[in-house]
Amino acid sequence: MFMAKLREAVICFKAGRVTLPYPAAPHDPEPGFRGKITIDPDLCFGCGGCANVCPAGVIFLHDAEQHARILELHWSRCTYCGRCAEVCPEDAIALTQMFETATDRAEDMVISLKVFMGPCQRCGRCFLPPTVLDQMDVAGFHEAGGGRP
Amino acid sequence: MLGQMCKKAFGRALWVYHANAGACNGCDIEVINVLTPYYDAERFGIRLVGSPRHADALLVSGPVTRQVAPALQRLLDALPRPRLVFAIGSCATGGGCWFDSYAVLGGADKVLPVDFYIPGCPPRPEAILYGVAFALGLVPKQVAAEHFSQEDIEQLAAGKPMTREVRT
Repeated sequence: MFMAKLREAVICFKAGRVTLPYPAAPHDPEPGFRGKITIDPDLCFGCGGCANVCPAGVIFLHDAEQHARILELHWSRCTYCGRCAEVCPEDAIALTQMFETATDRAEDMVISLKVFMGPCQRCGRCFLPPTVLDQMDVAGFHEAGGGRP
Repeated sequence: MLGQMCKKAFGRALWVYHANAGACNGCDIEVINVLTPYYDAERFGIRLVGSPRHADALLVSGPVTRQVAPALQRLLDALPRPRLVFAIGSCATGGGCWFDSYAVLGGADKVLPVDFYIPGCPPRPEAILYGVAFALGLVPKQVAAEHFSQEDIEQLAAGKPMTREVRT
């Protein structure tokens, strides 16, 4: 009995301190961790592929004007599956290692991007002038209102 | 004002009550993880209590299902003031994958006045610790709404170099 307690004490001393000093010292996640979503405004050309595959319907597309398409990412309900980053043809959308996303305001969990596009003279649909038209086929160019409702 | 009140009321110890409002158990496991010796939330005085009447804070996980919503309301009424409500996980913050389902209300903030949101699916134990530390005023906030805008067609035609505008 006494020896068992002694052994226990020795084990405890050997282990030393195991508690993570987390909020005082940083503790980065392992590589490959999928954290908060980011979008590169220079690379996105508004194809809407990400909105099509998102299982949580995080990404909304609005064709606000003739020349502008607005992407809204309401990432409060993001499930961090990474499908958007997989299908993005330009790698504009990515999941970072950031996990410290606690906030006290629901409005903080929104990213919006206004993509300026040129409408085709023939069909009236939008395309972004500097990118080649072939990219449309790769990404799957969709009508307005991609994503869920 | 809430921050000052938090510091005064919860500076020493925050006793939490954990409510599962239809979660898949992922967030619940992470909450229990936070209370283990490895993460050791008790060094901040955070303790899990068995009754909402003893609690200062309510940890809600899960998209609030129709079945559980009235019970959750009663649970909140049992919590003495001042109280804090933490929404833990993507389901509680915004409804998760089920935000438009007929069986859920889509997030804890549809039923309760949520004070702090901790997104993640599930959030890492560090993320939950960070959220609680943020509520206690120990760490600064790191996220803000981001609004980006590309240059319009006239600017592109004028050959203006690509710029990146961040408005927060």
